[in-house]
Amino acid sequence: MRVLPSGTTALLVELDDLDAVLALYAALAEQPPDGVVDIVPAARTVLLITDPARSSLSDVADAVRRTARSGPRPDARTGGDVVELPVHYDGEDLEELAGLLDLTPEELVRRHTGGEWTVAFGGFAPGFGYLTQSGGAWDVPRRSTPRTKVPPGSVALAGEFSGVYPRESPGGWQLIGRTDVAVFDLDRDPPALLRPGARVRFVEAGPR
Amino acid sequence: MTRALTVLAAGPLTTVQDAGRPGQGALGVGRSGACDRAVYRQANRLVGNPEDLAVLEVTYGGLALRAEADLLVVTTGARCAGPFPHAAPTSLRRGAELRLGAPETGLRTYLAVRGGIDVPPVLGSRATDVLSGLGPAVVADGDVLPVGPPVDPMPGVDVAPVPGIPGGEVTVAVLPGPRADWFGDAGWAALTGQAWTVTDESNRVGLRLAGVPLERVRNGELPSEGMVRGALQVPPSGTPVLFLADHPVTGGYPVIGYVADEPVRSDVDRCGQLRPGQTLRFRASQ
Repeated sequence: MRVLPSGTTALLVELDDLDAVLALYAALAEQPPDGVVDIVPAARTVLLITDPARSSLSDVADAVRRTARSGPRPDARTGGDVVELPVHYDGEDLEELAGLLDLTPEELVRRHTGGEWTVAFGGFAPGFGYLTQSGGAWDVPRRSTPRTKVPPGSVALAGEFSGVYPRESPGGWQLIGRTDVAVFDLDRDPPALLRPGARVRFVEAGPR
Repeated sequence: MTRALTVLAAGPLTTVQDAGRPGQGALGVGRSGACDRAVYRQANRLVGNPEDLAVLEVTYGGLALRAEADLLVVTTGARCAGPFPHAAPTSLRRGAELRLGAPETGLRTYLAVRGGIDVPPVLGSRATDVLSGLGPAVVADGDVLPVGPPVDPMPGVDVAPVPGIPGGEVTVAVLPGPRADWFGDAGWAALTGQAWTVTDESNRVGLRLAGVPLERVRNGELPSEGMVRGALQVPPSGTPVLFLADHPVTGGYPVIGYVADEPVRSDVDRCGQLRPGQTLRFRASQ
């Protein structure tokens, strides 16, 4: 673990891998150090934003080191709520991507629905989650030219991650299907379904 | 009599802003809020509001309003041309109009009304985030903006003695960021050794700077990581982007440094007043 400077109000904690991020984020979110106003996990890092009037950066760094020493939470991947997302697997890139991965489209769908996913982190847009599948060995190339408009609800793959576009936006991920579930809805409390730590099961919803 | 302000002309860009929506970064929700926070809070104090009520952030003047009730308003920040007194709480009678010209220096003027702009909050804030689209729509001609009831007593200030917003070259303190080592000593020297020009591709998300590009001393991809207001992110072009209020929650380019964001008169707030064509220097601070 390395604690890197991020200006006068924040610290960036760099970790070895995503599992270490999940474990530290889960522990910090459960018991945030004094004076921390926001915690932002990402692929290899956890950012802690502080209120300088309430605590010093060195006190926050000490608190993070204490949390890390108290050991990773064994249930970081299994402790969250389970969200079930029915998916129509008719995405524009499904066939081409299956070919790239040496799979049939049916095999790709079986892999996508076969194991549980965990929301590792967010950040791209409100309500977008980067999901990883335990034991899933995905390595999906991004599209060489990103789309300017990806429809809301699109279920997509890139790298080791799967995600669901909360609203229409540009995007370079491979589209494999679409869900009718609104993953981000301001009229719901909480608005985001795909919060870090949440577990997700994709299920085949059949044709639209 | 409804307490409200009718927008006769919105000007180049007027948005509703407050202290933003902190604490939701993990959901991809950025903080947003006023670009020049100190001046925003001051506007609220001058009309007897709690510091965190919603105000109008007026970019490069041009706003015209009509009061639909007797209201008390004040402007702070960039001083706009025209007869409306600056930094002095002023009563507008029902039906009275207020017109702001363009500021001579500075970019953002804060217009606070006693009781606050009372549009519905989104995720706990009335701030318009131009990047994520959260919060109220950008203010448009013809909008009727509801005004809340007065809360706190008046502070009894006629005119606040405020320093003007400087034009010309501005120097701010910068600290090494988490990826300063991607640019080496030569990169740090290049960052702090030249005057950067604010380009017209700048907005509430960030200032795009023009200058001699910074060169990386190491290659490779950086997995996206969280960042804060004041970050100097360096895309492959080598010219930094200084992130302001509506910056993305995470970014995939290395952050070479951070502009100091001290609570009293933050250098990041001062950067929120820079307009295209102004030059900016970074003074190394440890």
